[in-house]
Amino acid sequence: MTHKTKLATAALAALSLSVSSLALWADEDADLVVNGEIEMVVRTDAPAHLDGALSTIYSGWVFRSDETQAMQMDDFDNPAMLFAEQGQELFNTAMGANGESCASCHSNPEDLNRVRATYPQWDEEHGTVQTVEMQVQECQTESMGMAEAWGINSQEMLNMTAYIASIGRGQVIDVAIDGPAQDTWEAGREIYYTRFGQLELSCASCHEQNYGNYIRADHLSQGQINGFPTYRLKNARLNGTHNRFRGCIRDTRAETFAIGSDEFVALELYVASRGNGLTVEGPSVRN
Amino acid sequence: MAENVTPRVRAPREASAGEVVSVRTLISHPMESGMRRDGDGNTIPRSIINRFVCTFNGETVVDVTMEPSIATNPYFQFEAKVMESGTFNFTWYDDDGSVYEDSSDITVS
Repeated sequence: MTHKTKLATAALAALSLSVSSLALWADEDADLVVNGEIEMVVRTDAPAHLDGALSTIYSGWVFRSDETQAMQMDDFDNPAMLFAEQGQELFNTAMGANGESCASCHSNPEDLNRVRATYPQWDEEHGTVQTVEMQVQECQTESMGMAEAWGINSQEMLNMTAYIASIGRGQVIDVAIDGPAQDTWEAGREIYYTRFGQLELSCASCHEQNYGNYIRADHLSQGQINGFPTYRLKNARLNGTHNRFRGCIRDTRAETFAIGSDEFVALELYVASRGNGLTVEGPSVRN
Repeated sequence: MAENVTPRVRAPREASAGEVVSVRTLISHPMESGMRRDGDGNTIPRSIINRFVCTFNGETVVDVTMEPSIATNPYFQFEAKVMESGTFNFTWYDDDGSVYEDSSDITVS
């Protein structure tokens, strides 16, 4: 063995040591209770359509470090709640030509508690699957008389969806995948299992076949989206689902789909359905 | 002028005499450092919370001088020994002259 390879072996040994100590940071057996009252389902049996692929589904929360986990257990420590509060203000702010706010129709916001848990869902009137963001846009342009709705990835939209998600925290996710939404769902599944980019990675390569393992310094989760929009410590802001999809596909060195595109709506429906049985955690805290 | 500035406080409502209680405070604020430039190359003026004070029944608990480069939405957690019932008063001083206040009562038995 040459001197050089010996060094490399030593470095490799040090690396594997640090990787195994990293693994200790995440408490994968912990249970999530927010504010001491909202009990979350962070692990449960996989929905029937995942037969043969996954037996148990896990919230991304279980893969995060103790410190990050703790931040989400108390709204005072959860930085995302500041944005949700701004979303609540927007909810009560009149906008558009008709001088109406969201609260003008939705006088009791609590009535929206199943929204995050059941979207994306089929919209009969428009003949398409709609995400929460698209529903907000529809309200803005068709009911509130706004000439231009908020962008899907705008700060206002993120704040609003964070607020809507926060209302439904603890609700069990139950996204419909049959009926008229089935075609879109199947398109989403197709994308999920398609390898993209120079690295030829599909969503499943990491999030189905290798969750729990490390990809360099990242502890791979199952890629569940029950915690979205999510506050990421890496960029200290809210991140929407489509923005996260885009980041993942970019990392495979592929040209990504656009935020709000049909492809991402389909993918969002499919990925959301993989979390059927988990609870709404948004706005969550992730790394 | 900083927008959306809201002070928040989390302190226990009850304690026993001599107990050390944990107090958490957070104020949402952009904490613009004064070192950044906008798209046109102009300096964005400094706008930070420069001082935070907590008193209990008039007695100082903490008095913090804050400098630029403290992150947005400054969060302070500290402990205080309470001997009697009273009120925590919290005051944040903004560069623009604004003063933000909050308070929290505690009953000591």
